[in-house]
Amino acid sequence: MSAVDDTTTKTELSAEGVRVEFTTRSGRVARALDGADLVIRGGEVVALVGESGSGKTTLARTLVGLTTPAAGEVRWQGETLGRNARSLKALRRRVQLVLQDPLGALNPRHTVYDSVAEGLRIHKLVTKSGPTETEMVAAALSSAGLRPPEGLFLRYPHELSGGQRQRVLIAGALALQPALLIADEPVSSLDASIRGEILALLLKLRAELGLGVLVVTHDLGLAWNIADRIAVMYLGRVVEAGPTEEVLTAPQHPYTQALLSVVPEMDRLEPIVLRGEIPDPTRIPSGCRFHPRCPALASGEADAVADLCRGTSLPILPSDPDGHRSACHLVASRVSTPLDHRGEAQR
Amino acid sequence: MSAATASELPASRTGAPLLEIRDLHVTYATGEEGGLPAVRGVDLTVERGQIVGVAGESGCGKSTLASTILRLQPPNATVTGEVFFEGNDVLTMRWGDLRAVRWAGASIVFQGALHSLNPVHRIGRQIAEPIQVHTPGQDEAAVTTRIGELLEQVGLDPERARSYPHQLSGGQKQRVMIAMALACDPHLVVADEPTTALDVMVQAQVLTVLSDLVRDREVGMLMISHDLSVLADLCDKITVMYAGRVVESGPAAQVFAHPLHPYAGALSAAFPRVGDPAARFAPAGLPGDPPDPRNLTQGCSFAPRCALAADACLPAEPVLTTYDEGRQAACVRIGR
Repeated sequence: MSAVDDTTTKTELSAEGVRVEFTTRSGRVARALDGADLVIRGGEVVALVGESGSGKTTLARTLVGLTTPAAGEVRWQGETLGRNARSLKALRRRVQLVLQDPLGALNPRHTVYDSVAEGLRIHKLVTKSGPTETEMVAAALSSAGLRPPEGLFLRYPHELSGGQRQRVLIAGALALQPALLIADEPVSSLDASIRGEILALLLKLRAELGLGVLVVTHDLGLAWNIADRIAVMYLGRVVEAGPTEEVLTAPQHPYTQALLSVVPEMDRLEPIVLRGEIPDPTRIPSGCRFHPRCPALASGEADAVADLCRGTSLPILPSDPDGHRSACHLVASRVSTPLDHRGEAQR
Repeated sequence: MSAATASELPASRTGAPLLEIRDLHVTYATGEEGGLPAVRGVDLTVERGQIVGVAGESGCGKSTLASTILRLQPPNATVTGEVFFEGNDVLTMRWGDLRAVRWAGASIVFQGALHSLNPVHRIGRQIAEPIQVHTPGQDEAAVTTRIGELLEQVGLDPERARSYPHQLSGGQKQRVMIAMALACDPHLVVADEPTTALDVMVQAQVLTVLSDLVRDREVGMLMISHDLSVLADLCDKITVMYAGRVVESGPAAQVFAHPLHPYAGALSAAFPRVGDPAARFAPAGLPGDPPDPRNLTQGCSFAPRCALAADACLPAEPVLTTYDEGRQAACVRIGR
């Protein structure tokens, strides 16, 4: 994919040490993101995985400027993203968010045509010399696999199947000719049979348009299906990241190992069912944030580093786009490579 | 609830399976001629201590099947066939018997359970309701103890009885729904997409609760899902439905690993095995949309989406044929 390589440096969206805080009604501060690093380059598919409450959707929203970070920054094409309306609008033309739940995300009173044309109108992309609005909408619908597009122009969301609605949402994003798509759980509400079709569409768009894709999902099978790289989040931080093959066939972090072991039909792994759920983000555990649920610590496997696990917090995992890294004292003690302490210095 | 008498289950016929569905047809009246046939001739058996999975996509009739088991189908549905619960036909039994069968005989964990709890009542009170209706006159303390036991059984702190639904996470609410379904010690639990809205770790926790339950208490379970990989992990048998009919059934591992019917094959391939090199950058999908039950094509209803469809598929709908090892499939192309 040589066309992709040329655009790689130009279309790069990254989060660096991003922290997002929400104040709860009782006045406590919940840290939805607590120093998250991630980079998505043009032409690559990155999967952001984690349980509910891991902060993956918040990170996706922060990347398109829908949530303002309390600390850290979002960089687009090498420059820090400004918070003014103009730079956000420019970013959102090039980086499009595809929401989960297509029935909720489409306006029930807008026709397919209007839903897709809305972005074109907002960004004033129809010029006198270029293609007409109708042509652009038709082109976007066909790129999303809805053919013939004219037949769908006047349909309403309730007249479409789930798969068609998801394609209309993707067409709405494609109409703006974005460089990156951020898809939040693109197939979780779809039937098994439709799921593969939508994933194949994302891969086709990457191949044909050189599109970069960030898929937010809790589904490791999906990541295995389409992602080049994977980043695993836990309680507001990326705890393991690397090439999909490496992370999913040789996971380092005990959390990733547990997630992988409970994927149905993973016969070769003994299921490690973690107790409870992700802790309350207003009370992030000290030391390693995963230690209260860590199976390695509970089983005694991590005895040698138990004090570190309980008492010493881990640095932010840097968003190295080529390596395989994890934020775990046990892994660090085995590899005996010093951890990058950049994150620590910021605290 | 008036005249609350202790409900007694109709006597079980000896030797009868826990649940036996024979040639069930359910048609919804739509005002058009012919109506909407949602279920078209389904046979299914669940034995005690067995988990049977029903797989299929939206609109295949699997949820209609679930609601018919307890005669919960909407009033515009016409039902024919037989549903035997411990040998007694649910579809024709007296109202009083049916009332006893619901909750105490068989209970349902509904899809979208996250919205099925009443937001203004505490969890404990909602679990208590079926207990009080089915065994009236129990003293307060006994009911409270029972609620604590049920919550513990599904892995929740008994203190949770005092919580309101909004104070619980999705996985916790789903467990409360399961605790409620167990309140009257049913012999059969019907779970309609019990883990669909949950993420992997919570799904694993809920599935562990369900399978422990079947093993420890010898209840039977009918589990409905569109995710064949979940069913393959948990069930003894799987039945695959398409357009209201059974297209394949057999031992769970076999149906998932070596499906006979092309539709079962597509469902199985939709969820890749992580680590399988063949699935990398090759998501398997099934072209086309599920059929409209009002406009089924002649012959095999799966033929329009089937990669293997041939002229032989067109004359008539294939009948469910038995193959070795208790497997059945409805496809004329098998073995050719």
